[in-house]
Amino acid sequence: MSENISNLLYLVSIVSFILALKFLSSPTRARRGNQIGAAGMLLAIGVTLAKSETGGGLSKSLDTGTYWLIAIAAIIGSAIGVIGARKVKMTAMPQMVALFNGVGGGAVALVALSEYHNIIRDHVSTTWDISLAIGISGLIGSVSFAGSIIAFAKLQELIHGRPITYPGQKIVNLVILGVGLGLACTVAAGVTHHWVLVVALLLALAFGVLFVLPIGGADMPVVISLLNAFTGIAAAASGFELGSNVLIVSGMLVGASGTLLTLMMGKAMNRSIGNVLFGAFGQVAAGAGDAAAAGGATGTVKSTSADDVAIMLAYARKVIIVPGYGLAVAQAQHNVRELADELEKRNVEVVYAIHPVAGRMPGHMNVLLAEANVPYTALKEMEEVNPEFPLAEVALVIGANDVTNPAARSNPASPIYGMPILDVDKAQAIVVMKRSMRPGFAGIDNELYLDPKCMMLFGDAKESVVKLVTAVKAL
Amino acid sequence: MGGHYATLIIELTVLLLAIFLGIEVISKVPTLLHTPLMSGTNAIHGIVIVGAIFVAGASDQDTLTQVIGFIAVVLASANVVGGFVVTDRMLEMFKKKEPVKKANEAGAK
Repeated sequence: MSENISNLLYLVSIVSFILALKFLSSPTRARRGNQIGAAGMLLAIGVTLAKSETGGGLSKSLDTGTYWLIAIAAIIGSAIGVIGARKVKMTAMPQMVALFNGVGGGAVALVALSEYHNIIRDHVSTTWDISLAIGISGLIGSVSFAGSIIAFAKLQELIHGRPITYPGQKIVNLVILGVGLGLACTVAAGVTHHWVLVVALLLALAFGVLFVLPIGGADMPVVISLLNAFTGIAAAASGFELGSNVLIVSGMLVGASGTLLTLMMGKAMNRSIGNVLFGAFGQVAAGAGDAAAAGGATGTVKSTSADDVAIMLAYARKVIIVPGYGLAVAQAQHNVRELADELEKRNVEVVYAIHPVAGRMPGHMNVLLAEANVPYTALKEMEEVNPEFPLAEVALVIGANDVTNPAARSNPASPIYGMPILDVDKAQAIVVMKRSMRPGFAGIDNELYLDPKCMMLFGDAKESVVKLVTAVKAL
Repeated sequence: MGGHYATLIIELTVLLLAIFLGIEVISKVPTLLHTPLMSGTNAIHGIVIVGAIFVAGASDQDTLTQVIGFIAVVLASANVVGGFVVTDRMLEMFKKKEPVKKANEAGAK
């Protein structure tokens, strides 16, 4: 296949990726978009295998005698991918995305290593930009690989989700990053010794591990989104290495969109990305949490029973359900759907209020509820649902905490002050289903629970919802 | 060398346009779909499989690049296939919704 034809076909792949992202703006077309993207990817792979020569990069041509090896590798990788993707539970989605992202980063780093090896072996003189691209893609790919694996291990609870810290941590990280960057710069400056890049990559791997370890499990989604952007940027850099536009564009699309998504997540949590990555949030929250408690409202917490709540719900006209991560952990989404069905049979209007950071990933709650066959039209985003709270007889908070805390509006001393929240406190009555009075991940008390309109239904979210369903049915 | 830098400048142009395009396209995606967005973009950066194939299949390879290339293709194909399949699984659930809801409404009436 001639260079021009293959480049044109690569362009078709690029367009298909753009369409895949564009179609994601509507739930009805999103799946079609993803299929278009997958087709574009197949095309790009096919074109690559059919190419007799590559562009301005280092690799010259493909040896068809190696295709069986590529096929075996692709079959192994695809099998891992399909099995992982099919088996994963929807609650475990964030760590699965982390894992797939990590292996992509690892592949980028290996490509960089191999290109560097070719330069040394063949004594080719390269220009600085190609060496720089090798350095960048190798480093970022390795950080992404190691960081994603740690993020996966934390979310999968293979290692402790709590921030792991030790004295001088930031300095150690900075030194490792500095030396790694320094070595990458020498690669870019034209130094050609295997060990230079190998050590740089090992340092990058170490940095990836050390940089994710101190971040708490609750912040992992932000980290995964950031590492996703990293892998994209690394892939774009390897596009420079190989003289491949399809890599540059696709990689950078992901790099730019991933960065934007990361910033949006930070905004939804009212925290800067710097604070998430380096903040050791627990410490900040502990100090400010005391201040909030000291200046906070006083009152008593009212406890209630499933039967009482069932009556309230059954005779309401409008109920707003506020699901949080606790619901996902308890795997109660199907039972919640059942409860909503029962209520709808009694002509109660049920909507779901979804905070942008509900769940463990932005939009994660939507996926979990969609899995339980909740129509996405009943899911309302924060801006849309907030004006509806005063009209609701009952707001049913299931496993959500910080996103309902009125301190975010009223208490400037609170660490979550300024975070956009769901106006649950404006509903006519509030029922909070919660395991215990333990604070949420921000480590602060929720004034909402002291509100005279608020009642607590303690217990496991799933058991409580099951009881509610039975009680509503019995009415 | 002039030709080389001409290529580099074109590549940089393409890179910058891709940044703006990425931001533009993503800002229209509703929060409802942010998780599929994350896994969808995740699948797209699996395009590195093209680079991995260059390495694994290069005609000038030696044992080292062959081994590295083999592993790279395994990793990249897991990224691509896993990414697209998992995204499809999520989006499938969103797509099923309309008829389910209509059935319910009909049942309620």
